[in-house]
Amino acid sequence: MIRFDAVTKRYPDGTVAVDSLELTAASGQITVLVGPSGCGKTTSLRMINRMIEPTSGTIWLDDTDTASMATHELRRQIGYVIQHAGLFPHRTIVDNIATVPFLLGTDKKEARKTALELLERVGLPPHFAKRYPAQLSGGQQQRVGVARALAADPPVMLMDEPFSAVDPVVREQLQDEFLRLQQELGKTIVFVTHDIDEAIKLGDQVAVLRVGGHLAQLASPVELLSRPIDAFVAGFVGRDRGYRALGFTTAGTLSTRGEPTVTLGAAIPKGTDTDTWLLVVDAQQAPQGWLDLGADFTGHETVSDELLYRGGTLATQGGTLRAALDACLSSPSGRGVVVDDGGALIGSVTAREVLELIEARETERQP
Amino acid sequence: MTVLADSTSSSPLHFAQYFLDHSSEDLRLLWSHTWLSVVPVVIGLLIALPLGWTARRYRWTYPPIISITGLLYTIPSIALFVMVPPLLGLDTLDPLQVPIALTVYSVALLVRVVADGLASVPEDTVQAATALGFRPVERFFKVELPIAVPVIAAGLRVAVVSNVSIVAVAGTIGLSNLGQLFTQGFQLSTPDAYYPPIVLGIVLCVLLAVVLDLAVVGLNRLLTPWRRAVPS
Ligand SMILES: Nc1ncnc2c1ncn2[C@@H]1O[C@H](COP(=O)(O)OP(=O)(O)OP(=O)(O)O)[C@@H](O)[C@H]1O
Ligand SMILES: [Mg+2]
Repeated sequence: MIRFDAVTKRYPDGTVAVDSLELTAASGQITVLVGPSGCGKTTSLRMINRMIEPTSGTIWLDDTDTASMATHELRRQIGYVIQHAGLFPHRTIVDNIATVPFLLGTDKKEARKTALELLERVGLPPHFAKRYPAQLSGGQQQRVGVARALAADPPVMLMDEPFSAVDPVVREQLQDEFLRLQQELGKTIVFVTHDIDEAIKLGDQVAVLRVGGHLAQLASPVELLSRPIDAFVAGFVGRDRGYRALGFTTAGTLSTRGEPTVTLGAAIPKGTDTDTWLLVVDAQQAPQGWLDLGADFTGHETVSDELLYRGGTLATQGGTLRAALDACLSSPSGRGVVVDDGGALIGSVTAREVLELIEARETERQP
Repeated sequence: MTVLADSTSSSPLHFAQYFLDHSSEDLRLLWSHTWLSVVPVVIGLLIALPLGWTARRYRWTYPPIISITGLLYTIPSIALFVMVPPLLGLDTLDPLQVPIALTVYSVALLVRVVADGLASVPEDTVQAATALGFRPVERFFKVELPIAVPVIAAGLRVAVVSNVSIVAVAGTIGLSNLGQLFTQGFQLSTPDAYYPPIVLGIVLCVLLAVVLDLAVVGLNRLLTPWRRAVPS
């Protein structure tokens, strides 16, 4: 657990970067600090490992006042990942990862062995071990940065915009892998970002800071989206926050209705009503797309790939309300397709039914 | 030492014959010339490291440190040789006179090189090292200095090569090194010009400079395998 107790940072030039911050980052959870540029996120983060010394107040690491520890010892217990990874260009990847174990005097062979395991754990091939950082892409370097921070198995990790310098596709990959890793490791993590979507996706709790270093709101992502405390937070959280909040509510068991289907490769059904959509599945009952029965089928005997409309998303039974609603809205028939965990068709729901479910949830949550 | 001019071999091209005729003496000069070129640079580097670190660590010290060391370099070498003994309370022609003067030159050249070399280390890297728990001294020797090697090596090449030529000047005030070949040449040039020792001195100085320069280049390569890693 990390606890900020009335922590203020005033820089020598008079700038108050952080103002009487009270904040607790719970053990084993991801606490995200988010806010506009210059609101004091980095300053707050770096006060934890004393890269920056607070002007007043105390930061507690469990029951220890961080100010009472030798800085290098404090820092060796705290993993740290920064935006451009900050790898050591003169050390091989394996030695970069083993940095802290080397500092702690761990046997070199032992430390390298652990480093190799970590390399694999962050999703990089073993033959990268002997490379130098310049031979890796930005996203790969960032993974090494994460591995390096984990090498001595510190209970606490600090991450300052670790994924913001890579392209959106890689960023999403890194975020997903980070969440998976955290699920296995359960570290106490303080994560800084200026991207509210990233904060909502990664945070167990999110602290929104406003410029001047004030904590505006500390809440779980769903609470932040559904009940922003003031106009600043509401504006920062963004416009479609209501819709995004649905991504945090499970739909429960959707009461689906059976959906008529035709199998890919079967003959095109004839003589039915025009202007209706028929769901196409494969041999394993996995939905493939929709067939417009009102279309002109000249030259076609069977249901083939090229006739399919594939725009619809799928909802899983047990998934979120957001996924369920999106399945309805993206389906040309207006019926959202629901599948089981194996991807096989269960049935369909309509947007109206999902909305009723949402309303029911609302009344449940506000007695 | 007796050196007799032989009128049949006074052509500049006979420097090789001159060398063979006086090889043990010339090799001794070459050897001491080498030491005088190398040792002051090594000691100069050891002194320049903390100074350069200071100039980098406390930014306000950079301008004064760089200007003062820069000024030292403008003192003519012969004047510096003469000034060192009285300033340090040594005898004239004390064996330390020339090495000390040369060390001063090396420091003058290398302080800036070290400071700039340390400045070439990416700020992110330094911050990361600090955050991972390197103590300042560990960080200096394990992170900053290794990364600064290419810039420092470039400065060392200049320092070593220029030392070779400054050492030769010291030969003219009586120290035993390749500079004495020039003195011999002048002494033997009466009444007629006698070039072989002079040409030999030039040739050996240039060879020595090239060899030392290559040694620094080789050392740099040895210390920086990471610089040759081809980007992906
Ligand atoms: N060394 C410093 N001296 C003076 N002021 C500083 C210093 N470092 C930061 N500040 C100021 O403190 C405030 C907070 O800075 P900080 O770097 O913590 O912001 P941030 O939230 O991380 O911003 P960003 O999203 O742009 O990284 C800013 O107004 C900044 O200008
Ligand atoms: Mg920042």
